Amino acid sequence: MAFASLQDFFAMGGHAPYVWSAWAVTALLLLGSVVHARAERRQLIRDLQRRERRERRVGSEPARNLADDT
Amino acid sequence: MWAFINKLRSPKWFYAISARLQPWFWAAATLLIVVGTVWGLAFAPADYQQGNSFRIIYVHVPAAFLAQSIFVSMAVAAVVFMVWKIKIADMAAAVMAPLGAAMTFIALFSGAVWGVPTWGTWWMWDARLTSMLILLFLYFGVIALRGAFASRDSGSRAASVLAMVGVINIPIIKYSVEWWHTLHQPATFTVTGRVAMPMDMWAPLLLMVLGFYSFFIALTLMRTRNEILRRESRKRWVRDLAGGEH
Repeated sequence: MAFASLQDFFAMGGHAPYVWSAWAVTALLLLGSVVHARAERRQLIRDLQRRERRERRVGSEPARNLADDT
Repeated sequence: MWAFINKLRSPKWFYAISARLQPWFWAAATLLIVVGTVWGLAFAPADYQQGNSFRIIYVHVPAAFLAQSIFVSMAVAAVVFMVWKIKIADMAAAVMAPLGAAMTFIALFSGAVWGVPTWGTWWMWDARLTSMLILLFLYFGVIALRGAFASRDSGSRAASVLAMVGVINIPIIKYSVEWWHTLHQPATFTVTGRVAMPMDMWAPLLLMVLGFYSFFIALTLMRTRNEILRRESRKRWVRDLAGGEH
């Protein structure tokens, strides 16, 4: 441990604003990319399922005008 | 050999193989980054000149590596797409750009806040900093060009050309600290030289660099899969898949 106490650790020897802001921005962007990628996947699968259901309702007739929205 | 290459270009095959690879890269990324962060922030000794502000190195250097590596990967993918018309390469290139921009931003931001206590300024128009800023704008350019066309194919080709041309900025970034007088310190890690740091300082840095690379691979696999679902949504196998996934 390079610090004597937890307070020391958070203070970073007076460099707290620099160290913690660099770390915060990094964490935000890394976690944000994961959250975004997961949401993107969920959304895409939802869209696919919705279209499958819609086309099944219309029957064997491919619902061109409804489905060609992407 | 040809059979293998043909498999590689099939989105269906990629979708299946990446599903198996992905968890390993996520696990490696999480483990390496968590251990590297705890070690680097709390256990590595403070620098005798810079004190604790040097701990910024543990996000700054990995992000700067990735910023450049991702651009090179994107340019390679662009060549593969342009020469062999392999769609999956273009999908990978498309999803790499935003992460590359994010990494460049992290490198610039962490460098700026590191510069305040170390150099007394957060920004200098010197060669290393300026060429990194240009890299950020190149990423923005690639992202914007891709979306600027009515047809996806035109966007893909325009973005590929910019990625291939823009890659000349990478050696400029790398050698900027040698070619021009600059405030920026020279490379921390070199292939041949010894590391001018005690092990307790460079080991967490190595973990962070490897962790960031694993993160890049994991996220690229994940988002390329998303891109397959988006672009191949009319294909039978994707539609069958949607029934089984949730």
